[in-house]
Amino acid sequence: MKLGLPEGPDTTGRIIKICILAVGGQGGGVLSGWVTAVAQRAGWHVQSTSVAGVAQRTGATIYYVEMMPRDPARPHDEPVLSLSPSPGDVDILIAAELAEAGRAVLRGFVTPERTTLIASSHRMLAVSEKIVPGDGRADSDTVIRRSGDAAKRFIHFDMETMAKKAGSVVSASLFGALAGSGELPFSREAFEATIGAGGKGAQASLAAFALAYDRAAGTTGDGEAAAKPAEPRATVIPQRLAQGWQALLGRTGALPQPVREMAEPGLRKTVDFLDLAYGKEYLELIERLVATDSAEHDFAFSREAAKYVANAMVYDDIVRVADLKTRAGRADRVRAEVKLADSQTLATTEYFHPRMEEIVGLMPAGLGAAIEARPGLMKTLNRFVDRGRRIRTDTIHGFGMLWIIGGLRRFRRSLLRHRIEAAHTKAWLALAEAERARDYALGVEVLKCRRLIKGYSDTHARGQSKFDKVLACLPLLRGRQDAADWLRRLREAALADAEGKMLDGAVRTVHSFTDGAAQNAG
Amino acid sequence: MAERSFAKEVKKLKLGAGEEFTGEGILAITKALLQCGVGYVGGYQGAPISHLMDVLADAQEILGELGVHFEASASEATATAMLAASVHYPIRGAATFKSTVGTNVASDALANLSSGGVTGGALIIVGEDYGEGSSIMQERSHAFAMKSQVWLLDPRPNLPSIVAAVEHGFEMSEASNTPVMLQVRIRCCHVHGSFTAKDNKRPTMTVAEALENPRRDTQRIVLPPASFLHEKEKITKRRPAAIDYIRRHKLNETFGGNGPVGIVMQGGMYNGVIRALQRLGLADAYGDTEVPLHVLNVTYPLVEDELVGFCADKEAVLVVEEGHPDYLEQELGSMLYKAGASVKLEGKGLLPMAGEYTGQVMLDGIGAFMRKYDADMLAPEIRAPNVPAPPIYDDLAKTVPARPPGFCVGCPERPIFAATKLAEQELGQHHIASDIGCHLFSIMPPFELGATTMGYGLGPASASAFNSPDAKRRSISFVGDGGFWHNGLTSSIGNAVFNKNDGVIVVVDNYYSAATGGQDILSSRANNRTKSTKHPITEAIKGMGVNWVRHIERTYDVGAMRDALKEALTTEEKGPKVIVASSECMLNRQRREAPLKKKMAAEGKRMVKTKFGVDEDVCTGDHACMRLSGCPSLTVKHLDDPLRDDPVASIDENCVGCGNCGEVADAAVLCPSFYQADVVSNPTGWDRFLFGFRQRVISALQRRRERGRPVFGEQAA
Repeated sequence: MKLGLPEGPDTTGRIIKICILAVGGQGGGVLSGWVTAVAQRAGWHVQSTSVAGVAQRTGATIYYVEMMPRDPARPHDEPVLSLSPSPGDVDILIAAELAEAGRAVLRGFVTPERTTLIASSHRMLAVSEKIVPGDGRADSDTVIRRSGDAAKRFIHFDMETMAKKAGSVVSASLFGALAGSGELPFSREAFEATIGAGGKGAQASLAAFALAYDRAAGTTGDGEAAAKPAEPRATVIPQRLAQGWQALLGRTGALPQPVREMAEPGLRKTVDFLDLAYGKEYLELIERLVATDSAEHDFAFSREAAKYVANAMVYDDIVRVADLKTRAGRADRVRAEVKLADSQTLATTEYFHPRMEEIVGLMPAGLGAAIEARPGLMKTLNRFVDRGRRIRTDTIHGFGMLWIIGGLRRFRRSLLRHRIEAAHTKAWLALAEAERARDYALGVEVLKCRRLIKGYSDTHARGQSKFDKVLACLPLLRGRQDAADWLRRLREAALADAEGKMLDGAVRTVHSFTDGAAQNAG
Repeated sequence: MAERSFAKEVKKLKLGAGEEFTGEGILAITKALLQCGVGYVGGYQGAPISHLMDVLADAQEILGELGVHFEASASEATATAMLAASVHYPIRGAATFKSTVGTNVASDALANLSSGGVTGGALIIVGEDYGEGSSIMQERSHAFAMKSQVWLLDPRPNLPSIVAAVEHGFEMSEASNTPVMLQVRIRCCHVHGSFTAKDNKRPTMTVAEALENPRRDTQRIVLPPASFLHEKEKITKRRPAAIDYIRRHKLNETFGGNGPVGIVMQGGMYNGVIRALQRLGLADAYGDTEVPLHVLNVTYPLVEDELVGFCADKEAVLVVEEGHPDYLEQELGSMLYKAGASVKLEGKGLLPMAGEYTGQVMLDGIGAFMRKYDADMLAPEIRAPNVPAPPIYDDLAKTVPARPPGFCVGCPERPIFAATKLAEQELGQHHIASDIGCHLFSIMPPFELGATTMGYGLGPASASAFNSPDAKRRSISFVGDGGFWHNGLTSSIGNAVFNKNDGVIVVVDNYYSAATGGQDILSSRANNRTKSTKHPITEAIKGMGVNWVRHIERTYDVGAMRDALKEALTTEEKGPKVIVASSECMLNRQRREAPLKKKMAAEGKRMVKTKFGVDEDVCTGDHACMRLSGCPSLTVKHLDDPLRDDPVASIDENCVGCGNCGEVADAAVLCPSFYQADVVSNPTGWDRFLFGFRQRVISALQRRRERGRPVFGEQAA
């Protein structure tokens, strides 16, 4: 296949056309400078261009280089080179990020009979992928598959991580991969000399270059050797709890495999949240559901219950946050993240903004409910509560305060928030079970709607309202063949945007066809 | 101090005769100016000619040695007005700016300058911001040349041609007493190539000498009756002189053989045309071709007999002219018609009327032209190509996300728009007028704020109609510090005061003209050796007559910013409410501080580095924080936890610790997932002692609690 290019005596065969796609700030300019310089060192004709401007501010940017060996017969003549790439006419395409490789394919710069595609397989997420309340990330597999379809040769690995390992940036490892690919007829030394001439940071750049060179040249084998994160802290069970814990853990072993996969982490999560008794409560509930479930459906209902009941039982409140933020494991994680050296010290500040709603949740259920029932009082009290609080968890005072709040968890069962959450979980589970009795798949979908409830404060309230809105459609869907499918669609719509526009649209659709059905029946 | 330093490249400006200059197009232009004995240079920054201004700013020493005056003009109008120095004095002057936006601003001065005409050569270098990578409306500079009778050069995009165009530009300007515009496109500005240098020349007359010996000539001033004479003089004297110069120096070039079909093109299109011919098998790698080509390195005025001559023995001619309207094709058509020619004229039609002439467009257009009129020249497989349709990757198209430019990591403008969004959440949506500058990224996700942009410094002016006593809501408008000093102070602020506009104006002050590359402006806080800085925007606004002015000195304080906006939107006070929101552009701050930090580290001084992080077990994966940020370093990651569906927030190592995440989480009452980590390098003895003591106490508390509960390590959360 030749894309947009007639089969014919193209006279530019000796010109090597290299296109670089990057995200503004990734060092595409440095890379194209190196590519230009390495050709210049070899005495070749070379021309590079770029489109600078605002795209440099984190947008998709493009650089283009053409190079050609000097013709001994025409030593003084200059070739006429193009200032921009054309679809179907690129020999080497370098993408500094995976989605940019996909963009290059879409623009026709990657074609099977011509193009070697060299791409770093890491992702830099675009804003549109991050602002979705659910999971908005683009599917990397599609990009890799299509890039493979489109390219003559496709070299891809995580050059970003590789560069970081060497203390450098992705432009250096991309240059290494280009050199290692052997697509340019210059020696490894020529490439390295080009980097060396840059001065500043050359040592780290050369190290990143070497890693990528070896990988692209295939001299280090194909070992993905993904950098394994530091060994997770081992599980430690105090002596007096060991027996009880083992008993609970043993009971998960009796669950069907699909359920066990969720129940094990679920059990850990609930025990971690409160105590062994809470875990037991969780497990008994799951066991009860399994008893009425069947292998016919692969225990889908119990499996989803094991997952979402654990999440529901482990609700997010101030006590849990304080507990999580005062753990030794957390302190280790922060230190690792900032790469704290022994000679350095560290201060950590937590950003809190509690409101009266959260404080009331911390109160004994009776008292809390009484205050909550008086809006005027809530408002007055809120004036003392509602402000941002920066808490220094590296100081004894700040840490101690959170440590004490975290310790309140043992009183949890009597607190207002716990009552509310437990009641909510119970009602939701009862609803799911009732639906299951009529329509198994619909029951499973009702369980999955729990995913909508997350976050704190207003975010939590918004999630709750979406949850309610989705489940409010149940009466309209019941009895339909595709009821479960519609509930899934409603849930996915709810996760697509924050304002709930998609959800409102989906709800309207549900109403329209059920109204229509009613009319037809009438 | 600009974003990019050209201190190293500037040395190339000193190259002497015979030495080879290698570098970018704009640097070559700068060198050419010095080789031509230019006496003064000015301009206004903006892609693609920002670097020209930066090079000149970094080259002040060399300019000083040669007696060349350099000015970072207040606007393009200022830069063009400066060329008045060439009206009476034989001094060569140059001005540069982005086009067509800059040319629009400059057009008043340009029209006056071209009416009276010039004595010394006056060259205007316009960076044509058209096609891919452009940030402005798509128009042509050509119209300005026609309406003001200014000559327009459009050289072939290689360094020797550009340099020659600068030299001829000055000479042609002097020969015809007319200013000359030199048009260079985006890629041409950034093309990397080489040419053989000449010695730099001192100006024959410096501005100092002119100041010492003032001259005047009433005939050259734009006032009747002289202005009526100017109009006629343009046609009877100056234009013929220009055409004579073009012809004598063969500024337009003819290549190729004597075939029956030819191509007429703008000089800037030459490489694209050749590449199309190369791919059609009609030109070799060096551009040698049998197809007759006529290259207009001067696109205005056209030399009639040259063009009619070129077309005389042809069956068909294709005009390759980028952009709309098709001025060249129209004029050529008129010439040929009057000459009674029978040649078939092609252009727009085979080529698209509007849009950039990319490689594919040229290949298609020129291919179609050759097939239609001289198919015998083509190899059989090209004459009737068998081109399969390109594959359609629908799944990929749906997968790859759009990636428009946005605010940088740690940008101080981000919190301003986060605050605006929060204020709108409480007070409802407002009409928001935007302006030119980085802050215009507010129109994109995640903020999606702003309805219009009407020109540099015109944000508040563009909201001026929205001033009604019947409305319960006020308009909000934005203007950057760059636009503010460019003309916003009068056009926007002064206008609002005078017309008693009740709206809210936010001046986004980041200490630089940031979007164009971080050049200093009046309110910059930097010490600038050659310019006067540190003039507060708030003082200028008060001086203009605004009574309600608030100054936010740290934009990252999202709560304060939101409250200021709320107050401005609700106060009883009449007249414009102006909020000046100031924090240094992070890109430039990093660049400014990097060497200082390096020095401090080398000297072993105490240093604090701040970074933000997210507690992944506290984050619930709602991403509300991202919808108020869009920071590249605030991203999401997938947790290896089967109980979790959605990825959680994560802050990568590019975080500069600006604080926006934490401030937004607080102001919007989002969640307690964010933490700030201040790492102290080279801590003092006291630091170390305190840290050690606290850590011992904290560890003891942690151990105590862990003794009473199962610890699941990383797995539980």
